[in-house]
Amino acid sequence: MKKITGLKRKDLLGIEELGKEEISLILDTAKSFKEVSVRPIKKVPALRGKTVVNLFYEPSTRTRISFELAAKRLSADVINISTSASSVVKGESLVDTAKNIQAMAVDAVVIRHSAEGSAHLLSKELKASVVNAGDGSHEHPTQALLDMFTIREHKKNIEGLNVVIIGDILHSRVARSNIWGLTKMGAKVKLVGPPTLIPPFVKSLKVEVFYRPEDALSDADVAMCLRIQRERQTSNFFPSIHEYVKVFNLTMERLKLARKDCLVMHPGPINRGIEISSEVADGTQSVILEQVTNGIATRMAVLYLLLAQKSKVEWGTRRRRV
Amino acid sequence: MKDKLILDKKNVGKTISALCDEIIKRNQERGSLNDLVIIGIRTRGAHLAERIVQFINRRAEVEIPLGILDITLYRDDLTTISAQPIVRSTEISFDLTDKKVVLVDDVLYTGRTIRSAMDELIDFGRPKNIQLAVLIDRGHRELPIQADYVGKIVPTKKKEIIEVRLAETDGKDEVVLKP
Repeated sequence: MKKITGLKRKDLLGIEELGKEEISLILDTAKSFKEVSVRPIKKVPALRGKTVVNLFYEPSTRTRISFELAAKRLSADVINISTSASSVVKGESLVDTAKNIQAMAVDAVVIRHSAEGSAHLLSKELKASVVNAGDGSHEHPTQALLDMFTIREHKKNIEGLNVVIIGDILHSRVARSNIWGLTKMGAKVKLVGPPTLIPPFVKSLKVEVFYRPEDALSDADVAMCLRIQRERQTSNFFPSIHEYVKVFNLTMERLKLARKDCLVMHPGPINRGIEISSEVADGTQSVILEQVTNGIATRMAVLYLLLAQKSKVEWGTRRRRV
Repeated sequence: MKDKLILDKKNVGKTISALCDEIIKRNQERGSLNDLVIIGIRTRGAHLAERIVQFINRRAEVEIPLGILDITLYRDDLTTISAQPIVRSTEISFDLTDKKVVLVDDVLYTGRTIRSAMDELIDFGRPKNIQLAVLIDRGHRELPIQADYVGKIVPTKKKEIIEVRLAETDGKDEVVLKP
């Protein structure tokens, strides 16, 4: 694989469009950034004078705080906009809101929105860098990057690993980004869930599909659980939560079918006792909180690679008032 | 014009040991070696620092901590250079407060790398002092910075290139001046 030194792109919209060498560069850079968060002074000056706006149209704690800390530890200034406290409630469109933000000379917009493609739409309208922090059920690229980073920390290499993703694949942007990322990096991905929550198109993505965890977990190096996204479910995809738990909950018993050193992952927030048992979530194989720690280093790497480049706007090119 | 050999393998070794003797002597005069730490700037400064630590530990029967600094995130030209530099990790696993720090680099030129390095060091504590050791001083400073220990002063023209090659990265030890 040929090594590259920079991302030749303005935005990070999804994993689908990234090359293997770009993913590797982000993961290698994140490794260097991890050390910054354990220094006595948790800050480096790389993005001094840059402004990052977190524009969140959906509730989030982890991702928003993670992006905010990542930007702040790089010395960027951060503004958080949540839709309930902004002009969005007055009926302003997404593009208008973003263009107004850009008019205040910001360098990056981190966007989370319930509509698929919202980050792509903004990237075409804005000169500022756009980072997709989750667009509907489409992609959540930084989550997949931090998952791959965490896997690599434990397993050295992603190539050749067996990764099992269990749960609501249909509504999961985390699953989509991880499928693209993990298969590009050479892992074998197995999906498990009720047939109603596995979209037919995934079969074109070099993955295997199973309907019972027991059939997929043997030889697993990584078991990744997903939350049942009731807020996105428009109809009844399974008879009852009780039945879902009975078949799909990752219990210690089921985990024992996997390799002894199988990692347990979850993008959070976890619903204990539904997709994962407390015993497994808090167990020795769980790296769920490491994922959260690594999220900061990964997002620092993404912001650094997108923003610490040769300035696109040169001095003196600002339009003169006539 | 051909490349000019400034130091061969033997003289690189001699120069490093002379630097070490001077570091030991001056720091013993200023107290002891107990609070001394050596920190090298990636890439070749880090290899030099490693050799200096080994030498001083052997010569003075001490155990000097070694740190490695990657100054990329502290550069003053991140948004002006066209090729984005790769960020590598800084490895300083000890507090620098009240330590005597010897910063090590291969070539002292504009002084901008050293400015970045000092800013980064201060984020790891408040050292008692920071000293600078370099293998080659080639002049052309753009900042008011000077070295405490210099292996060899080499007068150069700005367009010339000094290449320090070390066994760890380049297969052999030598310093050449390229026109």
